[in-house]
Amino acid sequence: MSILAYNGGAVVAMKGKNCVAIASDKRFGIQAQTLSVNFEKVFEMSPHLYVGLPGLATDTQTVHQRLKFRQNLYELKEGRRMSPKAFSAMLSNLLYERRFGPYFVEPIVAGLDQNYEPYINAMDLIGCITQPDDFVVSGTCASQLYGMCEVLWEPNLEPDDLFETISQALVNACDRDAVSGWGAVVHIIEKDKVTIKHVKTRMD
Amino acid sequence: MALASLPHLSGMKKNDSRFNPYDDNGGSIVAIGGDNYLLIASDTRLSTGYSIYTRNQSKLFQVSNKSIVGCSGCWCDTLTLTRLINARMQMYLHEHNKEMSTPALAQMISTMLYYKRFFPYYVSVVMGGLEPDGSGWVYSYDPIGNLERSKFHAGGSSGALLQPLLDNQVGLKNIQNIVEESITLEKASRIVQDVFISAAERDIYTGDEIHIMCITADGIKEEKVDLRKD
Repeated sequence: MSILAYNGGAVVAMKGKNCVAIASDKRFGIQAQTLSVNFEKVFEMSPHLYVGLPGLATDTQTVHQRLKFRQNLYELKEGRRMSPKAFSAMLSNLLYERRFGPYFVEPIVAGLDQNYEPYINAMDLIGCITQPDDFVVSGTCASQLYGMCEVLWEPNLEPDDLFETISQALVNACDRDAVSGWGAVVHIIEKDKVTIKHVKTRMD
Repeated sequence: MALASLPHLSGMKKNDSRFNPYDDNGGSIVAIGGDNYLLIASDTRLSTGYSIYTRNQSKLFQVSNKSIVGCSGCWCDTLTLTRLINARMQMYLHEHNKEMSTPALAQMISTMLYYKRFFPYYVSVVMGGLEPDGSGWVYSYDPIGNLERSKFHAGGSSGALLQPLLDNQVGLKNIQNIVEESITLEKASRIVQDVFISAAERDIYTGDEIHIMCITADGIKEEKVDLRKD
């Protein structure tokens, strides 16, 4: 079994009308054994910038800490917030530095840029970025998420509809994956507020 | 330069030229059973690796007036299995002077798959049919004959993409404050077309056309719908 699927977990992000959503499950386990149901994989990096790091849990935490370190250096030096684009380039560079001994995470970045335009991207474990204009998925139930998102997503969703869409996509995808689920958390990012909702799911 | 052509390394060459009897030719099947109908659909693409054998090969096989077998995976195993099923349907007809019922066919397919337990047919089988009471049911199998009876199922190369969607839209999973009612044939047909269009978007082994077959008390209707062809 792939080391990427050792702990299990999934993250999905979607664009809406003047908003973005990013959601993750909350399971932490070792293969089939669930150890915790409050392990979130999505982190707030700045008010309008979130990153999801599904994959090997130890690397989720390490990459998050190293990202925060580099981001702090940038913001101290530049005296301004990091844009999602700059942040993604930094993350991509951090991952590619470990080209031949990678961190086993496949990150998703979601946020609003300087002009409050929605921004999402996904990258592989060595930092190759893709930047679609609809949705990105990552984690052990990526194929289930693709199936769900491809049908449920539509352009220009309002925040409330975007929440419903991303929640249904994540929860139903996780129900068909043995190593994802056990609760979910959804972040809806708008210009002047971020809503965090914890979604109840089946716990088996 | 090939490794084996260097004389001092030729002994290192692993003997990996054994004949491999299996191939994965892709393809997806979706089936939905209702109160008085059974809808089953497959794509019509047959491929291996990055190449396409044909864009026009249905994976549905009508084996009686009440039941249809959908079979994807290794195409040669699909052909062998469905021919054997057809032969045994004939034998049953001549022995008992009636067509085999859908539940009996379901059990027979399971037995036939398990008979090859240690050299399995590399196939994902989804069988659907009307039962004696007129309701539509779906039977799905793993390659060695484990069977599940349900109201809907997605199998084949896009099974993982489509099954959670059917859970949600047909099984009404994770939806609150609604009355659970069985879905109509029109809605089932619409869902089947939508999910195949989505599968063709992300799965290179699914595409070209959807072949939809529908069994009701009035007989069997067929329909073809275009999918993306790239």
